[in-house]
Amino acid sequence: MTTLSPPGTSRTEDEPGPPGKGPEHVRRRRILPDRLRRAGLPYLLLLPALILEILIHLAPMAVGVVMSFKELTQEYIRNWDLAPWAGTDNFRIAVDVNAPVGEALLDSFLITCAFTVLAVGLAWLLGVTAAILMQETFRGRGLLRALFLTPYALPVYTAVITWSFLLQRDDGMVNHVIHDQLGLTDSEPFWLIGDNSFIALVVVSVWRTWPFAFLILMAALQNIPRELYEAAQVDGAGIRQQIRRITLPSLRPVNQVLVLVLFLWTFNDFNVPYILFGKSAPEAADLISIHIYQSSFVTWDFGSGSAMSVLLLLFLLVVTGCYLLATGRGRKAR
Amino acid sequence: MRRSRARTVATATLAAALTAVTAACGGGSSTSDEGSNDKPKELTYWASNQGTSIAHDKQVLTPELKRFEKQTGIKVKLEVIPWDSLLDRILAATSSGQGPDVLNIGNTWSASLQATGALLPWDEAHLAKIGGAKRFTPSALAATGAEGKDPAAVPIYSLAYGLYYNKKMFKDAGIDGPPTTWGELVKAGKKLTGDGKYGLAVEGGDPVENSHHAFILGKQHGADFFDSSGKPDFDSAGAVKAVKQYVDLLANDKIAAPGNAEYAKRETIRDFATGKAGMLLWQAAATSIKSNGMKQDEYGVAPLPVQAPGSGEKGTKSMVAGINLAVFKNTDNIDGAMEFVKFMTSDKEQRTLNAAYGAIPPVEAAQSDKAFDTPDLKVLREVLNTASAPLPQVPDESKFETLVGTATKELFADAAAGRKVTTESVRKELSAAQQQMRK
Repeated sequence: MTTLSPPGTSRTEDEPGPPGKGPEHVRRRRILPDRLRRAGLPYLLLLPALILEILIHLAPMAVGVVMSFKELTQEYIRNWDLAPWAGTDNFRIAVDVNAPVGEALLDSFLITCAFTVLAVGLAWLLGVTAAILMQETFRGRGLLRALFLTPYALPVYTAVITWSFLLQRDDGMVNHVIHDQLGLTDSEPFWLIGDNSFIALVVVSVWRTWPFAFLILMAALQNIPRELYEAAQVDGAGIRQQIRRITLPSLRPVNQVLVLVLFLWTFNDFNVPYILFGKSAPEAADLISIHIYQSSFVTWDFGSGSAMSVLLLLFLLVVTGCYLLATGRGRKAR
Repeated sequence: MRRSRARTVATATLAAALTAVTAACGGGSSTSDEGSNDKPKELTYWASNQGTSIAHDKQVLTPELKRFEKQTGIKVKLEVIPWDSLLDRILAATSSGQGPDVLNIGNTWSASLQATGALLPWDEAHLAKIGGAKRFTPSALAATGAEGKDPAAVPIYSLAYGLYYNKKMFKDAGIDGPPTTWGELVKAGKKLTGDGKYGLAVEGGDPVENSHHAFILGKQHGADFFDSSGKPDFDSAGAVKAVKQYVDLLANDKIAAPGNAEYAKRETIRDFATGKAGMLLWQAAATSIKSNGMKQDEYGVAPLPVQAPGSGEKGTKSMVAGINLAVFKNTDNIDGAMEFVKFMTSDKEQRTLNAAYGAIPPVEAAQSDKAFDTPDLKVLREVLNTASAPLPQVPDESKFETLVGTATKELFADAAAGRKVTTESVRKELSAAQQQMRK
């Protein structure tokens, strides 16, 4: 870092100044000691980025935290300063699982956890399977690869609104296939309301995120030296053994990051449930992001919504921290 | 040592900057109270989606806005906002202070938005500028804000619920005329149901529609959903009866198709216009029915049924539905905004716009036009003038629409999945909805 400080400035510093400017020069040097000046330059260069980071990232978060301690209802949204401080009321109501608000939040939280585990697991499994299968060169590989990536490339609204049409009970194609043509069900099931909505949500979410897993894992697979496989083949290892002993261990570092990223995206996903179900999601698919949106926007209680968001942030921080510690990634980064 | 000191300095800077930014953001909005005239030559207008599509709205409004520009030299920037995001946009504008100058609001939101203080109150002086309150029908004025306060907005389109019925299907089933009680409606509906056709179509997946019907039926059962002090009362005996009766159309009477439980994109109008359902309960649906391919002489319009022939509160046949026009308090062209409201509520514009949207002008002088003498509008106007009630004009009204509407949607979903809907299950849903109202 020290090499960054420009040599030109430090040289003039050492030269004796003209007699008239002497005292001022001395004072300046005392205010900013040479050491600090040299160490400060990199920070100075970082400052614009730092300010932007604060403005764009941290400031809204801080505002959110402040809001969570206020009673910010419709009477005060025009002028937040006037909103009375609520102390920890918003938080107490959010975590009181014996009262309706807290109970609903807990339900929503549990549903979100189940949804995340299922969706991330399936997306990863599909991604890794497809990536391994696509390792061999065959005709049409490029085409298939492009096709697999389409869900990820489509704008989320377009993709999900199409799903909502497919999943309609009376006119949707899903029911047309499984009920009318295959006769798998006695009556046409609902997908967008009631209990099945959870399945619909998982399917659409996996469909949207697995190409990302596929893309990342495909790139990671390119980095595994071919000689390892050749050596294994010479030693008589089958495909299954090659995957277990070579492929998966080599993918480990990539998997650690991939699963974390997928977890955060899926847990926080707002777009998919909102476009699929609208403002009031069915109870079985009431993800926490939609639930918080309802608590703040629909019932106009932004303090309560912020408190729930802060709790969610804390939960995600804890999970991420534990995950990084457990996988040993945190130590490396430090 | 050196590094750690530098880090301390950096941390301190960061903390200081953070505090400064937070303080700056905390204000939320400027507090100027009556708007200004900083930009006298332009206006931003948020219109609600009244036509069959956003494009249709633009087509209707643009020539009128051009005319306004010619008269006053003020350029109006139009944005048509779909219903499902209008309220969110207004809330965001309110909290940031950055919004339109003039905007449409659903008239049921008047009291809720009035409580935010974001809209310019229409006191005597302001009303005088547009010709005074007397120009408007009393029923429409009743839905412009809380009682005893200056209106938060002025009415521009009036609507009412009506019972739309398919004349041919009625004749084929041997039904003489439109039902006047709910008992008759169910009977007629059962005659019409069969062969993949149903007696009635309901928009069961749309919380707002559900809440309107809950309100109208609630009135007929003597329930109000809010007590006189504005406190929620969602699970009274009358409210439970009302919601159960509405859900039972699908659950128990089975005159509505189970698939209706997920309808939220106006599929009901399509089903009615294409002959899949024989009846429809909707607000001024003529334009939408036409755009779905059904001719005006193929259907009839009647007032909504009641529990038993009678009058008074229990004879309520519709809510006062409609759209109000409001001026955003933070406007930077207050005079222009007033001028624009005056233009939009003028007799001539009222005739043009309401005719284009199939609505009824809330300005009395504009009603005497043959565009509003169609069979359906005559019925709806009569209902509006004699048998309608405004939704509770209390600050929590918008929460009622969401919470009770969503509870009803869940009940429809239960019924469609074959689960039983009982008085007990309805009460449970409504109590849960009420408990969401924290204070």
